[in-house]
Amino acid sequence: MLEVRDLEVGYGAITALHGISLKVETGRIVTLIGANGAGKTTTLRAISGLLRARRGQVLLEGLDVTRCAAHELVARGLAHSPEGRMVFANLSVIENLRMGAYLRRDAEGVKRDLEFVYGVFPRLQERLWQQAGTLSGGEQQMLAIGRALMSRPKCLLLDEPSLGIAPKLVQTIFQKIVEINRQLGLTILLVEQSAHMALEISHYGYVLETGRILLEDRAEVLRTNARVREAYLGGG
Amino acid sequence: MQQLVNGLALGSIYALIALGYTMVYGVLRFINFAHADLLMLGAYAGYFVAPALAPVFGEASYGLLAATVFLAAVACAGVGAGIEYLAYRPLRNRPKLTVLITAIGVSLLMEFGCQHPAVFGAKTRPFPQLLPAEQIHFLGATVSRVDMVIPLVTCGLLMGLWWLVQRTRMGMAMRAVSFNQQAAALMGVNNNRVISFTFALGSALAAVAGVLYSVRASGIDPLMGIRPGLIAFSAAVVGGIGDLAGAVLGGLLLGMLETYVGGLPGVSNYRDAISFGMLVVILLVRPSGLLGRAQVEKV
Ligand SMILES: Nc1ncnc2c1ncn2[C@@H]1O[C@H](COP(=O)(O)OP(=O)(O)OP(=O)(O)O)[C@@H](O)[C@H]1O
Ligand SMILES: [Mg+2]
Repeated sequence: MLEVRDLEVGYGAITALHGISLKVETGRIVTLIGANGAGKTTTLRAISGLLRARRGQVLLEGLDVTRCAAHELVARGLAHSPEGRMVFANLSVIENLRMGAYLRRDAEGVKRDLEFVYGVFPRLQERLWQQAGTLSGGEQQMLAIGRALMSRPKCLLLDEPSLGIAPKLVQTIFQKIVEINRQLGLTILLVEQSAHMALEISHYGYVLETGRILLEDRAEVLRTNARVREAYLGGG
Repeated sequence: MQQLVNGLALGSIYALIALGYTMVYGVLRFINFAHADLLMLGAYAGYFVAPALAPVFGEASYGLLAATVFLAAVACAGVGAGIEYLAYRPLRNRPKLTVLITAIGVSLLMEFGCQHPAVFGAKTRPFPQLLPAEQIHFLGATVSRVDMVIPLVTCGLLMGLWWLVQRTRMGMAMRAVSFNQQAAALMGVNNNRVISFTFALGSALAAVAGVLYSVRASGIDPLMGIRPGLIAFSAAVVGGIGDLAGAVLGGLLLGMLETYVGGLPGVSNYRDAISFGMLVVILLVRPSGLLGRAQVEKV
């Protein structure tokens, strides 16, 4: 579904990614873990066209999309729920969800998908007319995920869906991610600080360290890997 | 009563111009200093098309006014979007100051370029008569036709604009882009298209204002946009830059102030000093404008 080949991305004089490669198979949840500043967000932003690659390729369904603008990638089936959520604070909840479906012309399908999102996040349905800026952090996260789903993507990029959210709610959100993956067969590339939980719900994982892929393996193997345990799973 | 109608008319014109400043600020966070000159171009567009339209709609008729306003708006919408495409878009990722200075350059180019004899020439030209000259008696007051028409036209345009921004897909995209361009792009919004549209819309409103302003004024010249542009810019700031309702409120406020202070014996020569003095006071009390929310400038 999604493939990154030898991707190099930088900001001015800084090189944030030194040629990384990764693959996300259709229908899988793949996790990218790494410490602060490892380059996880940079990777997602380069995939979704918000950043230009200096070298390397991004392939979506086998097609080279490296030079595509962000809005073109949405049309090709990619959705990105960005770091910091970036919900439209000046729009209502329902308008945010409609923005997610911006490119869609099938009113019926949009309606069905709204129902699906309400089913996953009932909280959103209770607050449809509220300004998104006044939602709590957790609600905004649900909205960001819901909004990304509204484009009916083939592949979803999630950047730290657990950031700034109470542990209990994090569990719920992770459950929902699995639910979405199962019900829609949606391919998901997940970036997480809470590596433990991320690896629990994923099929495969990559460990990123200062712009390089350090390790990759099936999630259950990574969970038991000594280096991963020490560095990202809080010892034990 | 007469003063009220005059003030409303002038204020409506300022409001229409102020909307352009505030909409462009909303999506790009910069002040388009060339906006005032779109008013001038709108006036000249009216000057040139009105005589051609007169045989169709009749001299000095409402139809003539409507057709002139419409064509001027369409022409300026194109020019406004063109300016953005040629002058501002290549600088999109440069510091805001660069774009600001470019805007001043574009403004000066239009003002003084148009003074060239081969373009419009520097001399003041009489604006064609678009409406019947006789005045209307209204609630005991005698007012000119155009002063009655202006607030009505503005009111209609504002309702249309409100509908566009709040109820259409493009309007929603405009609000989304104004909040965060990257997030909007992640929804599939083509930011460039929305920005072009915003410039076109703001410029069209400036052209409407330009024609209406010229109908009231004694004549038109290439520098005519400067004063109303400056006042409308202030109106946008007083109302809270980026806020559409604020721009309208600010425009009406400054139009009223100017009319009433201008009508007072003894101080009428100081009307601008008094208007702008009030403006300073308002901004001292409410730094982000009447309807503006205090917010941190995004970089
Ligand atoms: N806009 C920017 N300008 C310059 N450097 C940047 C910029 N954004 C990120 N970087 C640098 O690139 C590197 C990777 O950053 P990135 O945001 O991808 O990390 P991350 O893995 O997502 O970290 P976190 O877990 O804290 O979100 C960091 O060293 C960061 O300082
Ligand atoms: Mg990050």
